[in-house]
Amino acid sequence: MTISFDPTPSFAQCLLGPTDEHHELDEYQTGIPRWCNGCGDNGILAAMQRLCRDYDLSPERTVFVSGIGCSSRLPHYMKTYGFHGLHGRALPIAEGIKMSRPDLPVFVSTGDGDCLSIGAGHWMHAIRYNMDMTVLLHDNAIYGLTKKQASPTSPMGTKSNTTPKGSYLEAFNPLQAALGIEGVSFIAQMVDWVPEMLYDILQAAYRHRGFSFVRIIQRCPEFMPGFFDPYMNDPERVQILTHPNALTPSANMNKVYRNQLVHDPSNLDRAREIASSSDPIPVGILYQNPDVPRLEVIRGAGRVRTAETVQKGLDSELDKFTIWPDAEPALVEA
Amino acid sequence: MSELLVNGTAGAAVDGGLDLEPLTGDRASKRVTIVDEQIIEIVSDSGEGAQRCGQALAALAARSGRGIWTVEIIPAEIQPPARSIAGGSGNRVRMGSHPISNGGDEADLAVAFNEQVLLGREREGELKPGCRILLESMWRTDRNPITAREYLLTYDELVAKGYNVIEVPMEAECRKLVSDPRRGKNMFVLGILCNVYTLDLALAREQVALTFGKKDQKVIDTNVLLLEAGWSWAEANLDFQFEIPTMRLTEPQVVFNGNIAIALGVLASGMEICAMYPITPATSASHYLSEIFEKTGGIVHQAEDEIAAATFAIGASYAGKCAVTITSGPGYSLKQEALGLAVMAEIPLVVVNVQRGGPSTGQPTKPEQGDLMTSIFGSHGDAPKVVMAASTIEDCFYSIITARKIAETFNCVVVVLTDGSLATAQQPFPRPSFSEDWLAPPIDQSPVPVGAKAYDWDGTTGLMKRFIPGQPGGMHTLTGLAHDRASKVAYDPASNEAGLRNRSLKLAALQKTLRCPDVHGDPDGDLLVVGWGSTRGAIEEAVDGLRADGKRISSLHLRFLNPMPSGIGDIMKRFKKVMTVESNWSDSLDEDLIDEENRRYSALAMLLRAKYLVDVDCWTEVRSRPIKPGVVRAALSAALEKVS
Ligand SMILES: Cc1ncc(C[n+]2csc(CCOP(=O)(O)OP(=O)(O)O)c2C)c(N)n1
Ligand code: SF4
Ligand SMILES: [Mg+2]
Repeated sequence: MTISFDPTPSFAQCLLGPTDEHHELDEYQTGIPRWCNGCGDNGILAAMQRLCRDYDLSPERTVFVSGIGCSSRLPHYMKTYGFHGLHGRALPIAEGIKMSRPDLPVFVSTGDGDCLSIGAGHWMHAIRYNMDMTVLLHDNAIYGLTKKQASPTSPMGTKSNTTPKGSYLEAFNPLQAALGIEGVSFIAQMVDWVPEMLYDILQAAYRHRGFSFVRIIQRCPEFMPGFFDPYMNDPERVQILTHPNALTPSANMNKVYRNQLVHDPSNLDRAREIASSSDPIPVGILYQNPDVPRLEVIRGAGRVRTAETVQKGLDSELDKFTIWPDAEPALVEA
Repeated sequence: MSELLVNGTAGAAVDGGLDLEPLTGDRASKRVTIVDEQIIEIVSDSGEGAQRCGQALAALAARSGRGIWTVEIIPAEIQPPARSIAGGSGNRVRMGSHPISNGGDEADLAVAFNEQVLLGREREGELKPGCRILLESMWRTDRNPITAREYLLTYDELVAKGYNVIEVPMEAECRKLVSDPRRGKNMFVLGILCNVYTLDLALAREQVALTFGKKDQKVIDTNVLLLEAGWSWAEANLDFQFEIPTMRLTEPQVVFNGNIAIALGVLASGMEICAMYPITPATSASHYLSEIFEKTGGIVHQAEDEIAAATFAIGASYAGKCAVTITSGPGYSLKQEALGLAVMAEIPLVVVNVQRGGPSTGQPTKPEQGDLMTSIFGSHGDAPKVVMAASTIEDCFYSIITARKIAETFNCVVVVLTDGSLATAQQPFPRPSFSEDWLAPPIDQSPVPVGAKAYDWDGTTGLMKRFIPGQPGGMHTLTGLAHDRASKVAYDPASNEAGLRNRSLKLAALQKTLRCPDVHGDPDGDLLVVGWGSTRGAIEEAVDGLRADGKRISSLHLRFLNPMPSGIGDIMKRFKKVMTVESNWSDSLDEDLIDEENRRYSALAMLLRAKYLVDVDCWTEVRSRPIKPGVVRAALSAALEKVS
């Protein structure tokens, strides 16, 4: 069977959501997650599987990419195509996939070490490239897989195996950094323990055409036990960003989470201010700009390329360099 | 002694239109010498156009039926100080009445825009003793007394050394035609060289038009005038001319350098994505590819670094057709972890490494063959990769097409090695004629058979057919962790062993399809020289020379370094001694400290010794330039003496 990469219909397919395909939740589930009990990654996985089901994403046309870390195990539990890559390199792998196959929805799971430390350079540029993909930063403020070393987002004073007396520096704020990058198009933050809203935000991220970056504050009961308890126990310490153009919490949510702030996600300056707060934790869409150009579109990814186009291209180049046996036709370029 | 000192007023009637025919000078007094070949060096400060002049000269020579090989003379810095010994920029053109395979030995004629850059070449031993030098004379009367003195000193030194220095008032002559003579000199010099080498002036005019084709007609006209002025000046003032007999062209030829060949190979191979990060001397391949690729639906992605370039290419390959990443030494080092991933996950990938001097930042603009071991053994763990080396410009083109095919057939990483000398050297070869076989078929999007696994390794060949996203039923998560046939992470010893076995077997499967290269020379004898990559021309020229002297010497040039084709061991057995000639480091037994036990052999010698248990010797040179045939010949001569 042959296919041609005409991006138009497939883009429409992945963007407009529900297709004529229909899938059940178990069609996206595989394996038994090996995360610790109470690990926030479990809730993120559940939300992703639900999203795939609700949007009836075709499992064979969906790719989950990740780096290395506890969180990067996520693709193994999705019955889609998956690419569990290298520590820090999930984003360039995902970009290559998107550039070669703009017709495939791409999701990325990455940890705070994976994305903000070893992969930080890629991350900044990925934001700039603004390729259409949904990126989940599983931020547990620690290195989980390698057993408890301070990460860039560990708050100052975090005791870990490499910082037995407490970490030395203030935590890195990825939201502020991301919002400072030209080309940023979607930045959201969420906590893993409010499933309803986590789902809504992932949905908004998925529907956004461009690089949707969602930092998910993720519990790691194994190495950061109780670390987020104060926030879980006191809903006032979670501030919900609401706006008619973004998210409007349900009545249930309104009852519990009363600390709310109306924030227009098109307001970048305000988004940067909000991003600077770590207590309360602002959750919701901080920034969204649907009009930022996407690299794969700019570059014309997915164009149909036939043997004829290759041959024509090659021959016209060779003409420039050809010496013909009996003099004339072309000249040699020097 | 100076052959001719020109006062700057002699020469052509530059005001009026120039005729084709000589305007001054007495043709009868010209000595036209028929020569088999000549090496010409043109050097200037960077930005003065000596490179362009050399390229145009080479193109002209090729178009008029001469064999050529060009070597770029590149300063290490982008903007070296003017008039500095290390700052010379230009071109060496070797042209002959027969096909030319390398840059040759010392130059027969040098043209220099100032005496300092020339001195640089002289001190590096690039000039033939007593050769002719055409030297810009304006410095003699420079207003800066230091400059004038430097000139005089150098001039005297060169004359004293026996060079035939001919002063040429280049700027003074050009000033008669243009207001900024510094920018026109190179075409004036081209005119001189056309006259000296009796090249067709009409063809040269066309060449100038092509060289400045992107500019407007006025620029072309001015440069044609300068060309003609140079020609007439030489006609009137020089008393020597050379003629190199021409060959008959029977089929169309193309002339370009190795990096352009790589870019065209990428286009012709049907690959669609090239991810790269700029690095000398590889970048120009990507420059040219950027110019031509998009028209045919291809994309050059300049990634944020080499790690990203490699992983981007891996992602692209994984989801579609095989992709390529082009780099050089330091970038190649950065890609190692990614290459291991491609090996482990069995994703096709073509990696081009245009080698430069190393380690570390090394010598960015200089050629070296230092990356063979890294290419074969690089990346941690057992990471079998296919490694090929191109040895001619033509080879650069076809190697990429072959590499793509192997990568996709065997789901493996194919490293194509070239180096800084191939990157910038030009050599004509028969014009490729496109074949659809070069392209990969469209990617498979058909449902995978029920029960098929992502790594259904074939028991004898280790081969498997990868599943590509979009194929129904093929969903799996590819991983760099050890995995089983279903691509599930596996920590059990059996799965680990099975993966290693199959990834290794694939190379054997490929190896069975490889043909042993032909021996250059007799199938047996006293000495067999084994080489790889860009040194081929120099080695074979040296071997031919020695054979003409009755020596029993042959050579073998390897294209596949990993795996190596069958038959090499048998060939080696038929010679009394085997040695490699390479452009990388090896310890010399002449050192007090070095003996057979601690000697570090060159890369290929070490491989051959380990593989075939043959006592392979080596001779290597790392003098920041392509190896010269004369130097190789001397080394082989010495080795031959020890054999008998
Ligand atoms: C090149 C490289 N360096 C180091 C490691 C070891 N390593 C694996 S995961 C990891 C950090 C994981 O932390 P994070 O990204 O926060 O993910 P988490 O486990 O917390 O989800 C490290 C250092 C590696 N796999 N590769
Ligand atoms: S160590 Fe932490 S992050 Fe990793 S699985 Fe356990 S709880 Fe989750
Ligand atoms: Mg972490």
